[in-house]
Amino acid sequence: MAEFKHKDIIALRDLNKEEIELLLSTAESMREINSREIKKVPTLRGRTIINLFYEASTRTRTSFEIAGKRLSADTVNITTASSSATKGETLADTALNLLAMKPDIIVMRHAVSGSHYFLSEKLPSCSIINAGDGAHEHPSQGLLDMLTMKDKFGRLDGLKVAIVGDITHSRVARSNIQGLTKMGSAVFLAGPPTMMPPGVERLGNVTVCDSMKEAIQDADVVMMLRIQQERQGKTLMPNTREYSRYFGLNPENVKLAKPDAMVMHPGPINRGVEMSSCVVDGDQSWILKQVENGVAVRMAMLYHVCGGELE
Amino acid sequence: MNLLIKGGRVIDPSQNIDAIMDVVVEKGLVKEIGAELTVPAGAKVIDATGKYVVPGLIDMHVHLRDPGLEYKEDIVSGTRAAAAGGFTSVCCMPNTKPVIDNKAIVSYIINKAKHEGFCNVFPVGNITYGMHGERMAEMGELKEAGCVAVSDDGKPVSNSELMRRALEYARGIGILVISHAEELDLVGAGVMNEGLTSTELGLKGIPRVAEDIATAREVMLAEYTNSPIHIAHVSTFGSVRIIREAKARGVRVTCETAPHYFTLTDDAVRGYDTNAKMNPPLREAADVAAIKEGLKDGTIDCIATDHAPHHLDEKDVEFNEAMNGIIGLETSLPLSLRLVEDGVLTLNQLVDKMSVNPSNILVLNRGSLKAGSIADITVIDPAVQWTVEKEKLASKSKNSPFLGWNVQGRASATVLAGKIVYSV
Amino acid sequence: MSGEQTVIMDNSGIKRAVTRISHEILERNKGLTDVVLIGIRSGGAYLAEEIGRVTEVIEGVKAPVGAVDITLYRDDVSGHLPHQAVGKTDIPFSLEGKRVVLVDDVLFTGRTIRAAMDALMDHGRPQCIQLAVLIDRGHRELPIRADFVGRNVPTSLKENVAVLFDDKNQPIEVVLEK
Repeated sequence: MAEFKHKDIIALRDLNKEEIELLLSTAESMREINSREIKKVPTLRGRTIINLFYEASTRTRTSFEIAGKRLSADTVNITTASSSATKGETLADTALNLLAMKPDIIVMRHAVSGSHYFLSEKLPSCSIINAGDGAHEHPSQGLLDMLTMKDKFGRLDGLKVAIVGDITHSRVARSNIQGLTKMGSAVFLAGPPTMMPPGVERLGNVTVCDSMKEAIQDADVVMMLRIQQERQGKTLMPNTREYSRYFGLNPENVKLAKPDAMVMHPGPINRGVEMSSCVVDGDQSWILKQVENGVAVRMAMLYHVCGGELE
Repeated sequence: MNLLIKGGRVIDPSQNIDAIMDVVVEKGLVKEIGAELTVPAGAKVIDATGKYVVPGLIDMHVHLRDPGLEYKEDIVSGTRAAAAGGFTSVCCMPNTKPVIDNKAIVSYIINKAKHEGFCNVFPVGNITYGMHGERMAEMGELKEAGCVAVSDDGKPVSNSELMRRALEYARGIGILVISHAEELDLVGAGVMNEGLTSTELGLKGIPRVAEDIATAREVMLAEYTNSPIHIAHVSTFGSVRIIREAKARGVRVTCETAPHYFTLTDDAVRGYDTNAKMNPPLREAADVAAIKEGLKDGTIDCIATDHAPHHLDEKDVEFNEAMNGIIGLETSLPLSLRLVEDGVLTLNQLVDKMSVNPSNILVLNRGSLKAGSIADITVIDPAVQWTVEKEKLASKSKNSPFLGWNVQGRASATVLAGKIVYSV
Repeated sequence: MSGEQTVIMDNSGIKRAVTRISHEILERNKGLTDVVLIGIRSGGAYLAEEIGRVTEVIEGVKAPVGAVDITLYRDDVSGHLPHQAVGKTDIPFSLEGKRVVLVDDVLFTGRTIRAAMDALMDHGRPQCIQLAVLIDRGHRELPIRADFVGRNVPTSLKENVAVLFDDKNQPIEVVLEK
């Protein structure tokens, strides 16, 4: 059986297939806890987890918090509103101050890609879990997406997964590309060329499609990414209305995918923009299952980094 | 003090010399070069057996950070680093605090360098007042005070009309305009080269075309106004091509590149190493190849370091927050010697790029060992192997992507107007 | 592991022990009313299935059989050693008011049983928990005692006792490794 030796989980790029399989298998076991009346095991009793969020997030932060609590760890949440970040303290100083409180794990979300590697270097005695860094990776999302696909198909090998939206700015897309490629799936990307980063087809088993139609044709999974006018700025598309016309998922084009295809979205959803409401709430939607799997996946991540080798 | 540099391989492209010779220096000037010269009475002797003896190296693109940012570097530490790197002259860029847009600052720099420095310092003044890119600085007075060129390095002059007029005006005065060629709208919030690596690392990319467009504009303005222009830190294959074509049709354009652009690719950014963050950013293999080709065919005239010292606190941060730039004075020579090793340049061409051409472009009256020339001389040990170590660098700042590299070749003596300012 | 293995219980020995334990369970609980069998992964779970089959043959009814993975309840998860894969706990019925027979292959320090009992308590409040083991090798570190024992085997701490199973999860034999 594979062993998990990393002290941190920062990117799925850093993990091999066996390690991803181990995390997914542990997550499957963790689900049992979430389904029973007493949703708690004593595994991480006495461990302290700090959820350090430099970017707003309800879903991911709550999910990590519940995951920690179900493993009996003490979890503390720090968000930018209440941290020293607004007073101009550097990440390095914040990290050292937190270290003085002896946390076992820091779960961080940060707007700057790669800042978790920086943090990890500063804190060799603490495990770091990435809850999203800039446009780099969002490994817990990638893992929960893969777990959800595995729930439906029983395998990841040989799946055709379409990811549609702003790939350039999507850490979800990058984690899925890294993870799915290692697990034997094929990723097909679609989006306006303004949102397609150069070289993305070389990140893994990735095909960049000319149209959304081409990407979702006969797909097993259609994953839609969030589009926000604020985030994509003024230059990447005319407006969300036109975007939706060409890259929105609706009851018509979803039929291009395989009849039993699953529809996914990392949330939060802009109904009527990247997905029409009837698809969001339709039979093929696995969106709520993704959220449910999020807790189990994060429990698995917390559990395994605690057994990782500190430097 | 008189000096005899004995038995070295003298390389002086200005006289077409490449031979084992002695160099006699008297009263700060080269008195004579020839084989087996006798030791003048009371002369100090440098044994240059197995070494190269070349006209003092000139780095036309250095940030000395003085005045105002002395916590990064100052004229004393910066020129000491220059001398240790084999440079007898540096041009210092004007993005200081305050900027070099008036005579007083120029005088301060020249005086401090003269009294406390270890090499010649030729200030570069600003193109625009306050470096704001809005109206021309007093270029005439800057020239009179001792500036050898003008530049808003660190920022482009975005307004094309202003740049056109600056080129025309500078031509009238007889001062060279050095362009930081960058189209800021295309740079946006970019922090590294746009390509596979930026995609993988999730960092915002700076496309090559941001440099290419600006280079093309500068070339066209220089052509239209029949004015000379020098393009700083060329990093893309597009810029090389644009400049090559411009030169072919007689545009008065010269340019430089930096050692990191022919040594590293954006792969160095992997691991989010902030010491690989600079502007323009490290590019890809095709660019490195084009830069080498440009050096070889003469499109690129000079190797300049863009020595950009930053304090540890400005680099030991998240990648996006880190300042742009690396130090280069003490690593330029060994990295450039690799070009000779790899057959890209001849030794003669290397001396052209690092001494003769910068002197000619800026009219510094250096870059030659002819009898009567100012005795700025660099003695290079081409064989010595050494490791780039933080602790041994003379620069105040240690922001180098080459730390830990094993390199070959370095200055073994740096002679400034007949005085030994550095020797191992 | 070291090379020397001695078979201390052969296949027919295991069969006899399982049959005897099954009878004792039925006798103690006066049948299978409210009885559930929970095996500890992995060896105990296989044995629980086996006991389930034997008691069904004798009694004509099938007791619910579940499995518990105790990894998340271990008292040695600290220490930065790679964490074991977490197996699935599979108890698809309530334990509330049930007479739980916890099944393991080898009883040693008692720590596994402690962890398993904690896990069971998180699935409801059983009426009682009884413990059935194929081998009791001694060296208890906690005040835990088995109700049903296949065989008591005195061992030294340096030795290891292992119940071997085939690829259909059927017990083969019990070996003592020195």
